[in-house]
Amino acid sequence: MIKLKQLFAGGLVLTFMSSVAQAEYGLNLPLGVTETSKQVYDLHMLILWICVVIGVIVFGAMIYSMIYHRKSRGAVASQFHESMAAEIIWTVIPFVILIVMAVPATKVLVEMHDTSEADMKIKVTGYQWKWRYEYIGEGVDFFSTLDAASNEARKLGSDIDPSTVENYLLNVDNPLVIPAGKKVGFLLTASDVIHSWWVPDFGWKKDAIPGFVNEAWVKVDEPGVYRGQCAELCGRDHGFMPIVVEVKSQADYETWLAEQKTGAAVAQVEVIKELDSAELNSKGKDIYNANCVACHQQNGQGVPGVFPAITGSTIATGDINQHIDMIMNGKAGTAMAAFKEQLNDVELAAVVTYQRNSLGNNVGDVVQPTAIAALR
Amino acid sequence: MATVTDLHDDHHDHGPAKGLMRWVTTTNHKDIGTLYLIFALVMFMVGGAMAMVIRLELFQPGLQFVDPGFFNQMTTVHALVMIFGGVMPAFVGLANWMLPIMIGGPDMALPRMNNWSFWILPFAFAMLLGTFFMDGGAPAGGWTLYPPLVLQGGDGFSFMIFAIHMMGISSVMGAINVIVTILNMRAPGMTLMKMPLFVWTWFITAYLLIAVMPVLAGAVTMLLTDRFYDTTFFSAAGGGDPVLFQHIFWFFGHPEVYILILPAFGVISAIIPTFARKPLFGYSSMVYATSSIAFLSFIVWAHHMFTVGLPLQAELFFMYATMLIAVPTGVKVFNWISTMWKGSLTFETPMLFAIGFVIMFTIGGFSGLMLAIAPADFQYHDTYFVVAHFHYVLVTGAVYSIMASVYYWIPKWTGNMYSEKMGQWHFWLSTISVNILFFPQHFLGLAGMPRRIPDYSVQFAEFNMWSSIGGFAFGLSQVFFCYIVYKTIKGGEKATDQVWEGAEGLEWTLSSPPPYHSFSKAPEIK
Amino acid sequence: MSSENAYFVPHDAKWPIIGSIGLMLFFGGFAAQLNNMPSSSIVMTIGFLVLVYMMFGWFGEVINESESGSYKSNEDASFRVGMIWFIFSEVMFFAAFFGALYYIRTFSVPWIGGIGAGSVTNEYLWSSFEAMWPTNGPDNIGGDYQKMGPWGLPAINTLILLTSGVTVTWAHWGLIANKRKQLIFGLALTVILGFIFVALQALEYSHGYNDLNLTMASGVYGSTFYMLTGFHGFHVTVGAIMLAVMLVRSMKGHFTPENHFAFEATAWYWHFVDVVWLGLFVFVYWL
Ligand code: HEA
Ligand code: HEA
Ligand code: HEC
Ligand code: CUA
Ligand SMILES: [Cu+2]
Repeated sequence: MIKLKQLFAGGLVLTFMSSVAQAEYGLNLPLGVTETSKQVYDLHMLILWICVVIGVIVFGAMIYSMIYHRKSRGAVASQFHESMAAEIIWTVIPFVILIVMAVPATKVLVEMHDTSEADMKIKVTGYQWKWRYEYIGEGVDFFSTLDAASNEARKLGSDIDPSTVENYLLNVDNPLVIPAGKKVGFLLTASDVIHSWWVPDFGWKKDAIPGFVNEAWVKVDEPGVYRGQCAELCGRDHGFMPIVVEVKSQADYETWLAEQKTGAAVAQVEVIKELDSAELNSKGKDIYNANCVACHQQNGQGVPGVFPAITGSTIATGDINQHIDMIMNGKAGTAMAAFKEQLNDVELAAVVTYQRNSLGNNVGDVVQPTAIAALR
Repeated sequence: MATVTDLHDDHHDHGPAKGLMRWVTTTNHKDIGTLYLIFALVMFMVGGAMAMVIRLELFQPGLQFVDPGFFNQMTTVHALVMIFGGVMPAFVGLANWMLPIMIGGPDMALPRMNNWSFWILPFAFAMLLGTFFMDGGAPAGGWTLYPPLVLQGGDGFSFMIFAIHMMGISSVMGAINVIVTILNMRAPGMTLMKMPLFVWTWFITAYLLIAVMPVLAGAVTMLLTDRFYDTTFFSAAGGGDPVLFQHIFWFFGHPEVYILILPAFGVISAIIPTFARKPLFGYSSMVYATSSIAFLSFIVWAHHMFTVGLPLQAELFFMYATMLIAVPTGVKVFNWISTMWKGSLTFETPMLFAIGFVIMFTIGGFSGLMLAIAPADFQYHDTYFVVAHFHYVLVTGAVYSIMASVYYWIPKWTGNMYSEKMGQWHFWLSTISVNILFFPQHFLGLAGMPRRIPDYSVQFAEFNMWSSIGGFAFGLSQVFFCYIVYKTIKGGEKATDQVWEGAEGLEWTLSSPPPYHSFSKAPEIK
Repeated sequence: MSSENAYFVPHDAKWPIIGSIGLMLFFGGFAAQLNNMPSSSIVMTIGFLVLVYMMFGWFGEVINESESGSYKSNEDASFRVGMIWFIFSEVMFFAAFFGALYYIRTFSVPWIGGIGAGSVTNEYLWSSFEAMWPTNGPDNIGGDYQKMGPWGLPAINTLILLTSGVTVTWAHWGLIANKRKQLIFGLALTVILGFIFVALQALEYSHGYNDLNLTMASGVYGSTFYMLTGFHGFHVTVGAIMLAVMLVRSMKGHFTPENHFAFEATAWYWHFVDVVWLGLFVFVYWL
């Protein structure tokens, strides 16, 4: 009977293993694309194999004894219960093994901590639930959010098959772009709660902590697109704030950077225009759906106790200046972030107008981008 | 220190009181032990049901069943319920039942307080679970309660904090009782170095509990004032630091995980010798190893925080200290194997679970050691690799040891033998399914799946499906376990006093079930 | 094997379940109160009263048992060991707050101020902030405030507590030597000193809130100051009440030179509170 069960168990494990072996995706840590990630990989393999070897010895001894020292085979128990020599051996040998592991680990760790002499620096700020990238000294500054296709598909009951979405949950609207072959320094922080910036191919993750700046660095030699995710629980949509890094050759990077700078200038110009209420409302809807639904929900009903409803809210239907202030400056100590940095004047005007005239509200007033600009 | 029971006229000649009030007002260590064990089993089911929700949502990519906010509530409360409601009370229940008997004492040293320790728990968990019905739902910031996220919770937040306070009060009182009992209630001749290892490991566990539960209380109190009284312990704007919470939490949290495993070591050290029919190898080195683990557990906490941006020296220190724990833990594993070596082994259900424990706990220990390597942890941290690690040490470690103890002692407790055949089935079903459940999570983590997410990119789909299937199977196996326990309580073949051929210790000198007051006179210890 | 040696195992304890209910009502009411839920303060008050009732009942039962001679050396030893470990748990509770103070003063504030590992933090987020102690942080949380100096009330309070430690020991000597007058007088002095301490502490708080604009919301300085001294003050209050009970029991003649565990436990507790204060005086007020 027991034999049979073991056979059964063994068979199951085997089928499992073989299906795993056929699958083409990763079983192991990715080797990565930086010097650091390769060192980390080597370290990982070293410890893994040491553990496997110890495991084989330890479990081997155990299984041997389970087979040969079983009562049904007539084994008679001997009564020894102490051996100083054995105790010393199996205290000292593991200790030595640990030192063997600690030496390379220390070396890698020291190198990873060396953030000096970066060629350029990017400040990364985590928001609920997006990333903001500021290129220090370049004037380039943008937000990076889950792409629209994934965002649509990931809704509860969307009925969209995720496998039809390219890079489901691992794609963003504006990827971070960095040059190949340069040591890029990261300055990581957060505006609301703790997030963690992680691209597995770079070999590390680092927490983004509100009020503090952590440093890290990366040097990628191969151009390419590398994907990762926020790795610290940061609330409802923690699973939906991916990271995409495009590594471009120096020349391509410079072209991109120049485009960004002119793009920002264009957006500035747009502000001057006056918009009518329909335009504001329709634009506002998009902004709302992209930035606010996560908390205030699709129909503005909110989540009782944590996120207030917009529908019928005293602020969204009351004094417009208070309403604008809430959205521009947020409310300290709550999840309501200051959106003045995330949205431009047009977008802010639109979303305010939208909230006042949709989602079950019907105040009737509009706010123009110029009015927002005046409040900055 | 003569300790003889049952002659004092205040409690003369009585068995248990009758009816429901027996259980509410009891001061008897066996009754209270039973209460604890039943409570733990119920909580295990509650926490397990939440785990099933988690595994159901993760069965496929895409969101099918629950809102992401609710998913986070499931993760958070699953962990709190399993740890504080499942494993800890189960071990306290075992302590209550077995410690007084094992040391030949009449009862726990502070019987009334013992009752209180237990009866706080149902109220505490009623409060915790009640948060599901409040505005904003249950806490959803993870069981680690990191600010500022946890401060964003709804009305449930303050109830959770006070529920944790109540659990803390209960644990500290329970732990004091254990220590006092061990120090003060031993039968004549029961010297410290003659105590069964289960007593020893509980002694050290109780010490850890008293040392760290109040620290958790302090930490959550600061959360409470940060949210409601405008203090700024965890906010840089006022000069505080969110990471400060993590230091305090893990100063509690790391010893806590040894609180969850040391009693398991004790149980295993009782079961393996019984079924090897051979004395435990290296008794005194076991005691020293346990003490070393307890000592080291206080100086390794920041290994949960390698990615928060600690200074290099701190990271090195915590890495080395953490790695060192492998040495005393290894000593324990080697001693168990040496105990089996040249024994005369049989494989009844308790032994199966004990062997399962040794193998799978060691696997979990190995992944723990990998996590301890700071630069590698930069990759592993907050991925399913960590989830796999701690479920190996918690489920196939702590929970397996609890199941082993139930099979080992239930004939003693009830006087009835459980069905060996069903026990064997339970073991194999559990062991196969639990590995399908948690082993693929190593791969998921390495391949880059973060933990605490309700939805994932499609490359992780296959392993998640395996894991969920394993999870459902494991869950059903535990329903079967409940059935086995129920059957055994109801009846079955009568157990002998000795129960197991190779068993040694005072508990086996009593009848099965033991009399309401264990030792009518202090046993003699040779 | 005589009945004198039987360990006392009380039966049918009803107080624990009452205590559990009281605890839940109190904590639940408190939690509800923080969320401004209706009638929560009533629930909280009821919970508190239930807890008080429980304590009177429970301790009363224990006192009766003690007076009727149910406790022998063995039970006494259990109580002693239990009390020591309880005090240890209290030590660890305070350790959490002292640890927080230490971390804030040696790490977080300097880091925000740009010292050591914090240079980038300061440069990019808080460039106008300079590390110092005390501080209410870079955002000047709670507005300008003044520090609570050590050499006024706190120094007096230190003297008061130290003296009370002496008087309680003196009372203990009296008890051991069976000098009832010394016992009662010493104890009464201790109780009075204890309550004076609490009153002065309340005075100090009102000074802080009204004159110095030093509140719990004054950044980390206010937070640590009120949290540490507040929990200490709470413990002093509890200790003083315990001493008062001991005083009443002494006057009733409950204690004998051989058998007075409750008195000793209270005295230990009082010394613990005393030692914590010394830590506070040095690390919160002085340095
Ligand atoms: C019962 C509970 C338990 C136990 C016993 C352990 C045991 C260990 N744990 Fe684990 N751990 C947890 C529960 C537990 N852990 C939990 C719950 C978390 C996650 C918390 C959260 O974030 O939610 C966690 C997380 C965790 C982390 C943080 C991971 C991260 O978040 O990035 C780390 C890092 O160092 C770690 C390390 C270890 C180590 C080194 C051990 C060691 O004690 C293991 C020692 C054992 C062995 C090594 C095997 C036997 C030894 C031999 C056979 C000897 C020879 C071996 C060698 C020389 C290699 N654990
Ligand atoms: C002792 C502690 C303990 C125990 C026993 C378990 C048991 C289980 N755990 Fe859990 N777990 C934790 C402690 C524990 N866990 C902790 C600390 C975390 C981290 C939380 C955090 O990130 O904050 C965690 C997180 C965690 C996650 C990660 C969630 C995430 O990151 O989002 C997952 C996912 O698979 C999981 C699964 C399981 C499963 C399937 C079981 C199973 O073993 C449960 C089996 C038991 C049953 C199923 C009950 C019996 C059956 C029924 C009640 C009937 C219903 C059954 C069916 C319908 C089949 N756990
Ligand atoms: C991360 C979650 C989150 C996001 C995203 C978010 N909010 Fe809020 N919002 C909140 C919370 C929490 C509050 C309540 C603050 C408080 O306690 O007063 C709030 C309050 C408000 C209020 C005041 C409602 C009231 O009656 O108190 C308005 C108006 C508002 N938000 C608008 C917006 C707009 C517009 C956006 C998007 C551009 C947005 N919010 C995005 C969390 C969020
Ligand atoms: Cu941001 Cu998780
Ligand atoms: Cu740990």
